[in-house]
Amino acid sequence: MSRVTRDQRRPWTFYVLAGVFILYVAALYGPMICIYILSFQDIRGGLVFPMKGTSLHWFVDLFTQARTGDVKGSFDRSIRLALAVTLITVVASFLAGLGFRRGFRGDGIVFYLMIGSLVAPGLVLGIGVGLACTFLGLEAAWYSSALGAQLSWTLPFGVLVMFAVMSRFDGRWEEAARDLGATPAQTIRLVVVPVLAPGLVAVGLFGFTLSYDEFARSLQTAGSLNTLPLEIWSMTLNVTSPSLYALGTVTTLISFLIIGLSLGSIVLIQRRRAAGGGH
Amino acid sequence: MAITRGDIELAGITKTYDGRFMAVDGVNLKIPDGAYCCFLGPSGCGKTTILRMVAGHEDPTDGEILIGGQDVVGLTPAERRTAMMFQSYALFPHLTVRDNIAFALRVRGLDKAERHARADQMMEKVRLTELADRLPAQLSGGQQQRVALARAAITEPRVLLLDEPLSALDEQLRVQMRQELRRMQRELGITFIHVTHTQLEAIALADVVVVMEKGKIRQAGPARDVYAAPRDRYVAEFLGGQNVLSGQVTRVNGARATLAAPQLRGIEIPLRPGLVQGDRLDVAVRRDDIELVRPGSGPADPATTAVTTRVQAIEYQGAFVKVMLDPVGSDEFVAYVPERRFFTDPLDVGDVVLATWAIDRAHLLA
Repeated sequence: MSRVTRDQRRPWTFYVLAGVFILYVAALYGPMICIYILSFQDIRGGLVFPMKGTSLHWFVDLFTQARTGDVKGSFDRSIRLALAVTLITVVASFLAGLGFRRGFRGDGIVFYLMIGSLVAPGLVLGIGVGLACTFLGLEAAWYSSALGAQLSWTLPFGVLVMFAVMSRFDGRWEEAARDLGATPAQTIRLVVVPVLAPGLVAVGLFGFTLSYDEFARSLQTAGSLNTLPLEIWSMTLNVTSPSLYALGTVTTLISFLIIGLSLGSIVLIQRRRAAGGGH
Repeated sequence: MAITRGDIELAGITKTYDGRFMAVDGVNLKIPDGAYCCFLGPSGCGKTTILRMVAGHEDPTDGEILIGGQDVVGLTPAERRTAMMFQSYALFPHLTVRDNIAFALRVRGLDKAERHARADQMMEKVRLTELADRLPAQLSGGQQQRVALARAAITEPRVLLLDEPLSALDEQLRVQMRQELRRMQRELGITFIHVTHTQLEAIALADVVVVMEKGKIRQAGPARDVYAAPRDRYVAEFLGGQNVLSGQVTRVNGARATLAAPQLRGIEIPLRPGLVQGDRLDVAVRRDDIELVRPGSGPADPATTAVTTRVQAIEYQGAFVKVMLDPVGSDEFVAYVPERRFFTDPLDVGDVVLATWAIDRAHLLA
């Protein structure tokens, strides 16, 4: 009996590790939470605690005052850019996943080149793309050079996720489809894509979030018009009001929204299957 | 698309990988229309490769495959009118039972109402109606197999190809589904080719059993022929139920010959034309043809031959008792004694016995 109670008591290491974990969580979320709280101050608000009143003043300020920068425009650009990156990443990763599974001449080299662009420092890569544009006499812009620079980062990521997704794909499903008379196009449309759909959503989510908060690769490639992370960065240099915090709160909400939508769609796909939706 | 018969002829088909490994090595075989044919052999013997070549998922390196008299090499599975049931079934995980079964109709462009009507008909046939809206993951192994069968059968194939269809099931279900396969085959009246490594499955089901080894056919024929009259040592050992003894012919006299080996003190065997003294030979004696008697229990019947041996182990099997005797050289030597007979005078481990059998029951192997 006494042995049982002794076994049930937690060892001292539990409390040490729990303490480390709490510190970690506090360091991770504490600063962010401070920013969210401080963004809800009223007009007297400053950049540090204590809170001075509560209002949505700085949110309004964010979208109305020109002196805080082009928040709306940069937000717009960032979303469009992220959507374009997402679309390209999903399509290219899917096709690359199919290609790598079949194997092709030189697939090893392509794979290592891909990993290379993943580990290359983003800032250096961005500067390189920027220089290349100057050298070729092309004008850098968020929808061209920045798009390319961001894809150099999201595509390898997407392909790696696709590998993980594909590893659970049974090639006999395709063979069965062929056996039942499906053309290659029908096999892709009716079997491969639906089976891989949750994985493709995950790839899309990766692409979107990586692009949406990409800074290093965009810095030298976005041209004259800023994306949102660049705008925020420039604001930290010249804006000294809680509207900066309000911006942090808004972008966080949007990130959560995107993640929620993605996870929601995965859950929906799975629930529809579990419920036997079919068509 | 004029293939209406399901008779199959394999003419010298060969499959090599990387130009070196011979998976299938010049196989010739005729399977009549509407037959249940089992390819039997250990893994890697080429049986699945043959199946996949007949199905159209692989092309032979050489040779012809004729279905209903027409060479089908290069045709798609749909053009061949074959359908395959994959090992572990390969049901589409995102589609319900109904949509899985209706898949072939969907890719042919049938509208939803018609394909559902036909799928429902098929589901009734294989007793899946109440599971129509389930997903494959929510089905038991036996139910999945029925879905796979229905999905393949709805294409109205002339030939159904089954790759180890029972291996994913547990023992009890296997026997049950075995009967279901046979029933479906009779009902559909089409040719089944079934690949398995389990000899019990093959001889229980097949009209034609094809025993394979290393890409070649060792023997093909009705189940009883292959079991009771194996052509060679390999077939006899693979199908089991036989004791294979080898030795040298020491004497030939009229109707009999004597076979002996260092570990075998001379047994009488039937004569075969061309057999001469000095030949090395394998003979097979069915385990259930062997009778065990205690030494000195009456005079020996001149139509029998005997080996003096000792009981090594005894296994109770229900209907019979498996008595393992001293091996003859490197060959197992086993007798299956009917249960009631065994217990009239039960033997014990270590007992010396005379294993006797009628001489003409011994079967000479190639």
